[in-house]
Amino acid sequence: MAYLKVNSITKQFGGLIAVDKVSFEVEKHEIVSIIGPNGAGKTTVFNMLTGVYTIDQGEIIFDGRPIHNMAPQSIVDLGISRTFQNIRLFPNMRVIENVLVGTHLRTKYGLADALFRTPRYRKEETEKTLRAIEILKSIGLGHRIDDYAQNLPYGEQRKVEIARAIATDAKIILLDEPAAGMNPQESEELLSFIRELRGKGYTIILIEHDMNVVMNISDRIYVIDHGKKIAEGLPKEIACNQQVIEAYLGGVKKDAKG
Amino acid sequence: MDKNKSKRNNFIFILESFIEKFKIPIIVICAAVLLGIPFMGFSQYLMRIIIMIGIYSMLALGLNLLTGYTGQVSLGHAGFYAIGAYTSALLSLKLGFSFFPAAIGGVLAASICGLLLGLPTLRLKGTYLSIVTLGFGEIVKMVLTNWDKVTNGTLGLKNIPRPVIFGIKLTLANNGLYYMMLALVAIVTVVCVLIIRSKIGRALISIKEDEFAATMMGIKTTKYKILAFVISAAITGLAGAFYSTVIGFIEPNSFTFDVSTLIISVVILGGMGTIRGMFLGALILIAFPEAFRFLMDYRFVVYGLVLVFMMRFRPQGILGWKSQMPYKLPKAVRQQLEKLKTEGVKAQ
Repeated sequence: MAYLKVNSITKQFGGLIAVDKVSFEVEKHEIVSIIGPNGAGKTTVFNMLTGVYTIDQGEIIFDGRPIHNMAPQSIVDLGISRTFQNIRLFPNMRVIENVLVGTHLRTKYGLADALFRTPRYRKEETEKTLRAIEILKSIGLGHRIDDYAQNLPYGEQRKVEIARAIATDAKIILLDEPAAGMNPQESEELLSFIRELRGKGYTIILIEHDMNVVMNISDRIYVIDHGKKIAEGLPKEIACNQQVIEAYLGGVKKDAKG
Repeated sequence: MDKNKSKRNNFIFILESFIEKFKIPIIVICAAVLLGIPFMGFSQYLMRIIIMIGIYSMLALGLNLLTGYTGQVSLGHAGFYAIGAYTSALLSLKLGFSFFPAAIGGVLAASICGLLLGLPTLRLKGTYLSIVTLGFGEIVKMVLTNWDKVTNGTLGLKNIPRPVIFGIKLTLANNGLYYMMLALVAIVTVVCVLIIRSKIGRALISIKEDEFAATMMGIKTTKYKILAFVISAAITGLAGAFYSTVIGFIEPNSFTFDVSTLIISVVILGGMGTIRGMFLGALILIAFPEAFRFLMDYRFVVYGLVLVFMMRFRPQGILGWKSQMPYKLPKAVRQQLEKLKTEGVKAQ
């Protein structure tokens, strides 16, 4: 059985079917991309995976247990974390504090420990801070620890988001357009960073428009258009799939042909 | 514009480095001045105003936790203040409790009300939450006015006993109340700092910054919002209990909407989301009406103007800057990093 199995999930907003019976599977240590034109429903799929939206039909099985319609916090707890299409950092917190918020879930001390600064508080706080520094260094932000998140350039803010997602001890990381707004060099770095992540045992699901990134990195690609899955396969197959080309570039009208 | 901004940040950096460098002497001087105030020969009237500044510092610290850090604006904190004051006063008047158990009773009553108010209002955001808290404050006042049998209605409660420590009655004249105010403000400040500099504080701030993102990072936002409500109410209740014993007389009109707005003005003027700002805010807003008595009725016009100018030119509050100093890492982390660094040098 697949690590993450999405079984014909459907989401309706009133009369609009945003996601229509989409199914896909992700194996451990895979990098899977979900692509599709704007408004195809990719982010909605992410929102369903992470518990933001309830699903109207279907099921999502993660590591052998159903997780659909669970609270977002419980899903993060099980090990699925994400970044956002429009960066959602905590702008007035420092970079390291942003990442420490990510470790919140795995920090077990309570109010009494904080008030009396117990050994438990000190031990956990030290552990988590070291972990946050380590994550930030591995993502190339070691020099930004003290900065406020809002003062970082766009590309680095994206990286902080990824760092924050890693800090939750996630097993699957969902990246929502991580290369958006990055220059070619930055997205090249991002590529190698994502590969490194996979090497460290993470499983990655990616929404991305940058075809250079998608084609270079994905093990498999799913294509969604108008809420429906229209293709799946290896990058090579997707690149020459007629339906995908039509979805992106617009098809030739049938009556125009005749 | 940008240049100007970096210049200003630079000023803050210099100021903060200076404070950091001379931390111990500054603390010693401040402590000496605070402890020495009673020996400066101020009149009882002045001492009472100074104590009121302390009480409003506590109130502001309490509200700041909820509004400044968690981003939940409450316009009904006079309600918690009143509950703390009345519970503590009634416990000592009717059941003969001494001040400390009575004050604990006041704190508990206020926190329970904080919990009860927090639970149903969690689904409300922004303005809607503020309106409900405003209503809460009014309800408390109405209950105090009309529940004659217990609260003595509009006549209020008189002759609230003073605290007694080791057989010594604390009064304005022997400065006991002043020192007790100092102790309470110190305790409340330390509690606030300890909470803010922990995972709880970070969770609260993250809720203010971006509640959705906080949820998606696994923070139980409901739990933390309630916690903020309860702690905030408890601190406010403590201030209320102390107020009742200082003044010795309370009535429903001691806890009007004006008090709620005054508390929130202190928080905003001092600098929301900072601890340091609360003391300055309380100092200015409590001392102002007294210092400008010669303006008579016009002083409230001036007072209003000050707030308007403040909002226009320094909306973040007088002391509301973001620290430019490096992030304070836990000691063990610093040692570890230091070790890694020296090892790295050796390896090279």
